[in-house]
Amino acid sequence: MEFFQNKYFLIALTFLVFLASKQLQRRTGIALLHPILVTITVLIVVLLAADVSPDVYSEGGEYIEFWLKPAVVALGVPLYRQLESIRKQLLPLLLSELAGCVAGIISVVLVAQLFGASREVVLSLAPKAVTTPIAMEISATAGGLPALTAAVVVCTGIFGGMAGFQMIRISRIRSQIAGGLSVGTASHAVGTAAAIERYGMRYGAFSSLGLTLNGLFTALLTPLILSLLL
Amino acid sequence: MILQCAVLFAFLAFGELVVWLTGVPVPSSIIGMISLAISLKIGWIRLEWVDKAADFLVRNLGFFFVPAGVGVMRCFGIISQEWIPITVATIVSTFIIIAVTGQTHQICRHFMSRRSKQK
Repeated sequence: MEFFQNKYFLIALTFLVFLASKQLQRRTGIALLHPILVTITVLIVVLLAADVSPDVYSEGGEYIEFWLKPAVVALGVPLYRQLESIRKQLLPLLLSELAGCVAGIISVVLVAQLFGASREVVLSLAPKAVTTPIAMEISATAGGLPALTAAVVVCTGIFGGMAGFQMIRISRIRSQIAGGLSVGTASHAVGTAAAIERYGMRYGAFSSLGLTLNGLFTALLTPLILSLLL
Repeated sequence: MILQCAVLFAFLAFGELVVWLTGVPVPSSIIGMISLAISLKIGWIRLEWVDKAADFLVRNLGFFFVPAGVGVMRCFGIISQEWIPITVATIVSTFIIIAVTGQTHQICRHFMSRRSKQK
């Protein structure tokens, strides 16, 4: 169907499918029906059925993706609202971020190798915990596949937003600050959005701090860790 | 709303400028986020100039990731070959990051509060 190639149609379709997915989760209350996950799945099925290539989709999709960067800038506002409590505990924040970042990169590389991933895939997975623009850049520099990285990053975010809060409980993390920080560190902006929806802006502020610090540390440390491990 | 967007894009453009001038391997949006928080703190920018647009964007952050997720179509081939290591590594590592980050933070806080009590 030729009309399916129209970029305004594709943008409208993305909005409508997302709205419907949100309704679906509100009505059913099933956590697995995560709106982003459902939207992506439905869109892929529609695109495959209508024989629309991913390149044609991104002609419309890029206008939505465009807002990712200003939205990351906007995270400066919740960050500002928590600056006082951040200043009071700068050292614990930096230490825990550094530990989480290093543990994250090493674990994803080792587990992927253990299960027989190819070198290309390992390199694409290494920066998977941080937000797409950062992760794709790291992946490209390291010799990975940026498209695969983007997909894994989105899945990591959805997974962290869905299962992250149970993981926090299992790992006996009790303080709100530590919880927010770990969700942001492990699952970037998608996890942060889930955290805000669930626990409010204060939790979200520490989550956005986690994604910021991990983004910086991951950008700086991934090349070094990869050269030591591979 | 125009003012609100102007502030956000001004900080994003500032981030782009820093990256362009220095070539640092840090995304412009992260530089914009940090400088926005600092400018609000110093008082160069008033909270009511940005809070509405910022809250709107932050609350709908997930939606902006949809196109990147649809991009998974481009790598169906490699995913169907290596989906086991990809899935296992992602799940295990996400769990490890959460446990390590949160626990380290709690342990540090614990030691610091003990030390401040001893003083």
